Amino acid sequence: MTDLITLQGVNKYYGDYHALRQIDLKIRQGEFFSLLGPSGCGKTTLLRTIAGFEETSSGSLHIDGRDMRGVSANHRPTNMVFQSYAIFPHLSVGENVAFGLRKDPRGKAEKARAVERALEMVGLGGYGGRRAHALSGGQRQRVALARALILEPKVLLLDEPLSALDKKMREQMQVELMRLQRQVGITFILVTHDQEEALVMSDRIAVMFEGEIGQLDDPETLYRRPNSKRVASFIGLMNFLRGRVTEVGAQIEVEVAGLGRCAVPAEQAPAGAAPGDMSIGIRPETLAILFEGETTDRRVVRGMVDEVVYYGDMTYYDVRIEGVEKPLTISMKNLIGRPVLDVGTATRVAWDERSLVLLAG
Amino acid sequence: MSLRIYAIAYLIFLYAPIVLLPIFAFNDGSIIAFPLQGFTTQWFGELATTAALHEAVGNSLTIAVVSALLATCLGMCAARAGTMAEFPGKRGITGFIMLPLVLPEIIVAVSLLVVVVRVMGLSLGNWTIILAHTLICTPFCIAILNGAFQNLDRSMEEAAMDLGQSRWGAFRLVTLPLVAPGIVSSLLISFTISLDEFIIAFFLSGNSPTMPVYIWGLLRFPDKLPVVMALGTILVALSILLLTLAEIMRRRGLARAGLKDTGGFL
Ligand SMILES: Nc1ncnc2c1ncn2[C@@H]1O[C@H](COP(=O)(O)OP(=O)(O)OP(=O)(O)O)[C@@H](O)[C@H]1O
Ligand SMILES: [Mg+2]
Repeated sequence: MTDLITLQGVNKYYGDYHALRQIDLKIRQGEFFSLLGPSGCGKTTLLRTIAGFEETSSGSLHIDGRDMRGVSANHRPTNMVFQSYAIFPHLSVGENVAFGLRKDPRGKAEKARAVERALEMVGLGGYGGRRAHALSGGQRQRVALARALILEPKVLLLDEPLSALDKKMREQMQVELMRLQRQVGITFILVTHDQEEALVMSDRIAVMFEGEIGQLDDPETLYRRPNSKRVASFIGLMNFLRGRVTEVGAQIEVEVAGLGRCAVPAEQAPAGAAPGDMSIGIRPETLAILFEGETTDRRVVRGMVDEVVYYGDMTYYDVRIEGVEKPLTISMKNLIGRPVLDVGTATRVAWDERSLVLLAG
Repeated sequence: MSLRIYAIAYLIFLYAPIVLLPIFAFNDGSIIAFPLQGFTTQWFGELATTAALHEAVGNSLTIAVVSALLATCLGMCAARAGTMAEFPGKRGITGFIMLPLVLPEIIVAVSLLVVVVRVMGLSLGNWTIILAHTLICTPFCIAILNGAFQNLDRSMEEAAMDLGQSRWGAFRLVTLPLVAPGIVSSLLISFTISLDEFIIAFFLSGNSPTMPVYIWGLLRFPDKLPVVMALGTILVALSILLLTLAEIMRRRGLARAGLKDTGGFL
């Protein structure tokens, strides 16, 4: 896949405030790319920079090989779906969708067909004559999508497009957006602060913190091999333990507080890991509580149930283990015949070297 | 109970003089006193044949139209800058622009008189009144248009630009239609303010007066009083009509943008 958008050393200042710090980023042709990060980290700023609504303070931005310096938003091959959708309330649905075709030399009938096609694509066939301000949230969003996609942009930019919808609608639209992206084959750049949404929808995710990109990877790598504590704690749940690297070789020897010594494969540690203190991350689902009579060939440590949170399909246990600072969170599927333990129950916890992630700091 | 009596007394005090206008405008007698003498349209007829009045009305209309246009243009610039842009000193500047709202008109009148006649050595005329009326109308226009622009989602214009329009195209195709009711409302209100403004017009008119100044001149002749009443009746009717129109436009603007009413002038 070729690179469609290239940012090199992009910085953005608002007065003294450094909103984007030295962003280097390559976004590929046809991928579903997400910008993920906590509120205020600069996701919207980065998106608006690509759209042409914000000037960069330094650095360069190329889209499809063209330098975008001095190219205003209306001349960029990008279209945007705004967080508020920005549906023009004085126009009908059809006129909204046709808005971008004003400078198009095609005839009236042909434009009308294009509008109807675009509306059908987002599941709003026949809605062209409706008043725009009488639409529901989900319908507005679809109109905004149709309005942007009718111009066949190279990139579609979406700023938190699902945040205004309720949970059910949001999940439905996630699937629809993915389907739509596959159908039109356009590069989508999605801004979101919802890590689950990003994991579900994206081909690749850039996790941003305070104007920087913390990690850029596909969802699985991001989840299994976060490269820093902040990425690890932002994405999913992660237990952190104290540890000390004693020897670095083909395997890395670690002394994990409360769990004991073990050797982990080198790819589970950051490049250039050296003997010394490190944090050890363990995902809740890679730990297991051993119920009565269960055995395992994995390592086992004893503990006591400190907290139980029952979710129906899952139960989350916090288990206190001697030598571990904070109780470890463990998620267990509620399989048939498996009891839900009470607080205070003594139990055994199975763990595995292969699920440890070594993190700096 | 006592509150209701107070309210009724207040309303009588407020509107009785205005109600008297049409009563005596149609009264067949040149003395303004009860009992009424009978019905006539003679005074309105007299209005139609007074050339000096026509000239005064002409002056007033010209001044009102031009000041309304100027004030609304200025108001639009200020409102747009005030609600959609950020710049240093914004609060202070907005404060100063709104100041004429509470500045006594006589101060505006006297200071302009001094500047135009003494400092610049120019002669008075309709243009001096237009200048002063624009000054006093602009804050009203800003207040009305601020409402219109504040209700406007900032991303509307950006969306239009994103869809291929230039800055001006986005303004013309999206912003303007959305604030149009506010603009009409602003034009009507500043027109009304200018039309019946007296003090400034009195100080700054040249040798051809505006209508309120002309009416004031008529008052010195007691037998002309019913004519003044007739003229006043027309003016009241016109003012009510214009203000109602302005309010209708404002509400329609809110409805069009799908917004709730947050108060206005009426
Ligand atoms: N026009 C502006 N002037 C000054 N500061 C700004 C401006 N726009 C954004 N900022 C600041 O830049 C930072 C990043 O803002 P941005 O909107 O990109 O965050 P975000 O990641 O999209 O957050 P959210 O998830 O809340 O939308 C914030 O601290 C914000 O206050
Ligand atoms: Mg944002």
